[in-house]
Amino acid sequence: MTRAESSFQFMGCVELRQVVGRRALDERELMDRLEEVPLDSVYYHTHGYFLRHRPMSTPYGNDFAAWVAVHVRDMALAERLGVVNPFDSRSLDELRDDLCGIIDDHLARLSTVPRVEFGEPFYFQQAHIVEVALGSPAFTLAEFRTALAEVDASAIYVHMVEARARLRRRTDDFAEWIRGSLHLPELATRIERLDTYMTNLERIRARVLALVDGTLDGGRG
Amino acid sequence: MRIEAYRDVAPRGVVDIIMRLAERVQGKRFLHLSGGRFGAGAAEMLNALVPIMADLGVDAAWEITGGDPQFYATARALTAALTGEERVLTDESLAHYVEMNRINAKKLQLDGDLVLVHDVQPATLVHHRTGHGRWVWRCHLDCSRAHRRAWSFMRSHLSQYDATIFSLPKFARRLNVPQYVIHPSIDPLSAKNRDLPPREVATILGRLRVPTDRPLLVQVGPFTGGADPVGVVNAYRLVKKDHPVRLVLAGTAGDERESLDVLAQLREAATDDEDVIVLELPADAHLQINALQRAAAIVLQKSVREGFGLSAAEAMWKGKPVIAGFAGGLTQQVIYDVTGYTVQSVEGAAFRIRYLLNNPELMARMGATGRELVRRSFLITRHLTDYLALLIHLTR
Repeated sequence: MTRAESSFQFMGCVELRQVVGRRALDERELMDRLEEVPLDSVYYHTHGYFLRHRPMSTPYGNDFAAWVAVHVRDMALAERLGVVNPFDSRSLDELRDDLCGIIDDHLARLSTVPRVEFGEPFYFQQAHIVEVALGSPAFTLAEFRTALAEVDASAIYVHMVEARARLRRRTDDFAEWIRGSLHLPELATRIERLDTYMTNLERIRARVLALVDGTLDGGRG
Repeated sequence: MRIEAYRDVAPRGVVDIIMRLAERVQGKRFLHLSGGRFGAGAAEMLNALVPIMADLGVDAAWEITGGDPQFYATARALTAALTGEERVLTDESLAHYVEMNRINAKKLQLDGDLVLVHDVQPATLVHHRTGHGRWVWRCHLDCSRAHRRAWSFMRSHLSQYDATIFSLPKFARRLNVPQYVIHPSIDPLSAKNRDLPPREVATILGRLRVPTDRPLLVQVGPFTGGADPVGVVNAYRLVKKDHPVRLVLAGTAGDERESLDVLAQLREAATDDEDVIVLELPADAHLQINALQRAAAIVLQKSVREGFGLSAAEAMWKGKPVIAGFAGGLTQQVIYDVTGYTVQSVEGAAFRIRYLLNNPELMARMGATGRELVRRSFLITRHLTDYLALLIHLTR
């Protein structure tokens, strides 16, 4: 069994939510407020959605799309906002511009501004992320597998979802370590190819575990 | 209670993350201040949270304020006014309330790296803060419709805090300090929520004289206009035309006129219909509430005004679909068409009750999904994680 020179340390995170003090009752207000809130709030409502989303409810891709669908009941705008993949944007400013542009374009085609009638306003929030080291560092693929099976789901977010935005390329922390430290490029490539968009953290965990098991069963790693 | 006891009920990995967070706050004192050790709300949660923090090695302490009858009356009036109820608040009574907390401050040990002040009664103790600790007001109330005078009074004291915490963004008001959002939680191992064997449920229902030969519709909550038990009776009457069901309304009656009027209406309904059962329970009837929720086919929380409304989470933890009013925190807990339904009217409640009774497989599926939602979002383990993260964040 290959023993890595540098270990892999799983990191989990806790999201501490904070009210921004802005709210929207209609789609124009949503756009206006979105233009002025801190970038941390843009991050919370887009990237953070994937940390909070539970597999039991309908996915919308970000909080803005979810609010427009559920509370304003404007499915046309919800669909357009929902396909914006925050991990494709080069910066939060660019992501904000994309979202505001979509709302602006949508409103330009309407004679009235859709608003909340029976639902709830949109409350802008932001989060402070507290990162936590979890478990013992893994030196082998077997140790990595054992830890991965047990860690809090937030670790999957940190290493597989958020890492793709942080590293600014289509890779993740797991693949980086498996390629660079365990010298298993085939497994790393397979993990990199997993589509982490619009699924949930437990499903991503299960897929990575299946790939790792395949390698371990084949006597590699 | 030991943290390890929660490993079987919390989501995978959460106990480990709590233990790691606790390691990072070793040596820091986490002080809670509240108005009492008994009853629902903050006291119920602290009774569960503080012992677990101690088990984790966190230097957690819990102090309570005391006072004379006028102090308690003013604190109650202020609390009611903050939630939008009409109350008389005189300058003299407010001055006395502040003065009593000045005396409380002399008796209490107020040192802490993080001092969490729960709700109204101890709120003005912030003027007597000592040392380097951060002070945070933890509001368990919905202040969105607070009376102007009450909010203006509180606001002048809240500006002395380093931060505040509300249960939902919509419960907050404009303040000049950071406002965090932390949902309240239920303790899955408490008498109100722990697993009960069917035989124990049957025994408790027998003692309460609740027959189980028909599907039970259950609402647990205060007999007030806000919880709308009268609306539940009207919804039940619409359902009863087509389904043989029983309605159980369990709760406590206050000594205020509104509560007595509501209770009188419910008793009249129960007199006319033996399938309407009104149970006045003491505040500590946790096992009875547990058994009633477990025996229910559908749990209702048809409130028209509500705080966070954790009775919905309690019912979902027991695998029950919930039909809830579109109010307060119920909209956060009940995911429409997934864990139950939020409704805006008596007719809406009746329609959804009939729909679920005619689709029992849906009830089972919603119940199972609701339990998972509560496991991830509304258990005490998540609450503990948030508080420890707050302690780390504010004291680094």
